[in-house]
Amino acid sequence: MIGADANGSGADSNAIAATSAGFDNPVLQSQAMYRNLLSAMAQPGRIISCDLSLEVPLPLWPTTAAAALTLLDFDTPLWLDPVAATVLPLSDYLRFHCGCPLVQASGNAAFAIISDPAELPPLNVFAAGTDEYPDRSATLLIQVERLDDSRGVILRGPGIESKQCFQAKGLPSGFWQQVQENHSGFPQGVDMIFCAQDRIAALPRSTQVEV
Amino acid sequence: MTQAAQNAGMQVDQSDVTGEAKAGPDPHYNFAYLDEQTKRMIRRAILKGVAIPGYQVPFASREMPMPYGWGTGGVQVTASIIGPDDVLKVIDQGADDTTNAVSIRQFFVRTTDVETTTHTEEASIIQTRHRIPEQNLSEDQILVYQVPIPEPLRFLEPRESETRKMHALGEYGLMHVKLYEDIATHGHIATTYAYPVKVNGHYIMDPSPTPKFDNPKMHRMPALQLFGAGREKRIYAIPPHTAVYSLDFEDHPFEVQQWEQSCEICGAGDTFLDEVVTDDQGGRMFVCSDSDHCNRHQEAAE
Repeated sequence: MIGADANGSGADSNAIAATSAGFDNPVLQSQAMYRNLLSAMAQPGRIISCDLSLEVPLPLWPTTAAAALTLLDFDTPLWLDPVAATVLPLSDYLRFHCGCPLVQASGNAAFAIISDPAELPPLNVFAAGTDEYPDRSATLLIQVERLDDSRGVILRGPGIESKQCFQAKGLPSGFWQQVQENHSGFPQGVDMIFCAQDRIAALPRSTQVEV
Repeated sequence: MTQAAQNAGMQVDQSDVTGEAKAGPDPHYNFAYLDEQTKRMIRRAILKGVAIPGYQVPFASREMPMPYGWGTGGVQVTASIIGPDDVLKVIDQGADDTTNAVSIRQFFVRTTDVETTTHTEEASIIQTRHRIPEQNLSEDQILVYQVPIPEPLRFLEPRESETRKMHALGEYGLMHVKLYEDIATHGHIATTYAYPVKVNGHYIMDPSPTPKFDNPKMHRMPALQLFGAGREKRIYAIPPHTAVYSLDFEDHPFEVQQWEQSCEICGAGDTFLDEVVTDDQGGRMFVCSDSDHCNRHQEAAE
C-alpha cells in the first residue's frame, strides 16, 4: 500500500516524500541502538555515546528517533508532549516508521516522547503499572540539551557500584523530588531515558536520588 | 569432560553446520532468527526487567526450532540482544562441549555468524544452563540464563494469581517455612540448587537451577544478568552491582557446597566439582564443572 501511494500522485505522495528516512539497516542499527539503551538502563546515570547518522524531523533528535525506531511498534501507544504533537512531520515520521498509535491521554501511553524538558508534565500522569504488574508502566524519552555525569544529583541503587553523579540540563523545578516519589513507589513507577544529541542516559525507578 | 572431549568440542565450535566456507549468516533467516517485531517485544520486556530487578516480566515467548527445556527462553533473550560484534560463549552445566551448548552455539553461528569462544574473558555474551563461570565476569559482559521454572514460589503455591499477589505484597513467609522444614527434617537447609535469593531487598527470585555454590557470585556481579524462561514466558534481570541475598536464618546461615576432593584433572580445590562415574566397579572421579576454567588451570600448572 505504501509503495503504491509513493508512486502515485496527490497529497499522499508529497506527505511520504517529506518523511525522513529511518535506519538504513533496520536490523543491525536497531540492535546497536538497543545495546546502548540496555547499557544505559543497566547502569543508571552513566552516559552512553551513540554513533548515529540519522536525518530526523525537528524537534526530534537522532538519539530519540533511534530509540523510537528501536522500541516502538503497533503494540506501544505513544504520547507526545503538546509542542511535539503539533509538529506534523514528527508525528508522520513516527507513525510511518514505527506504526505506533498516538494517544492523547498520557496515562494510556507505553512510551512518551518529551521533546523539551520544559514540557515535561508531572511524572505521576503516566502509567506506573500495578503492584502485581509493575511492568505495565510508561517509559519516557526525555530530550535534554546536555548530560553531565561529573556533578549534579547523586544516584545509588542497582546498576551503580557505589554512587553516580548525574545532571541533565533544563529539567523543570521540582523534577528531582518527583523522581524521589517515583522511586518510593517501587516496584511501581516510570522509567526515564534522557536523550541528548548523541548521548543517552537512563534513570529507572529502582534508582535512589540524593539531591 | 576429558581433555579429548574438550578438544572435540572446540573443533565443533570452529566448523559450520553446513560444512561450507562461511559467508555471513544464513540468508534464509533474519539475523538471529527472530523477526524484528518479536525482538522489539523482547527488548522492551528486558528493559522493564532491568528497571525492576528480580521481577518476572511476562513476554510473548515464541516457538523456537528446539524443544522447550532446551533453553528457548535464553535463546530468545540472546537473539534479541546479540549483534555482529559480539563474541558468544555457550555453556551447559559449566561445559562448552555438551550437547545443549554445542547446538545453541551452532544455532547462533548459523543465524548470526558471530565469533564464538570457549574462553570466559573473551566473551561479550555468555549463555548458560545451570552454572555461572568460575572466573569473575566484567561490566562489559552479559550473562544470559536459561530458566525452566522462573517462579520460586511455584512448588509452594501452584496458582499464578496467588504467587503474583505474594510478590506484590512481599508475602514470602511460605518460602522461609520451606527452608525451615528442611532444617526440621535434615538438620540443615538441604536445598542445593535453585536456592532462592532476594534481589535488591525486594523480590524473591529463582536463580534458575544453578547450584547454590554459584549464588555468592550473583551478589554485586559487575556483569548484567538476564534470565529467560521460554515455556513459562517470563524474562527477569539483575543489573550490575546489585545486592543478591541468599535466604537463610540467623542460626542457620547460608553455606555453599564443599568437597573433600580436588579436581582430578587440574587440581583446583575451590571450584564446583562434578562426580563422574568412570566404570561399573564403583570407580569415580571429581572434576571441575567449568571446562574452560579447568583448562586454564591446567595450562597455568604446566
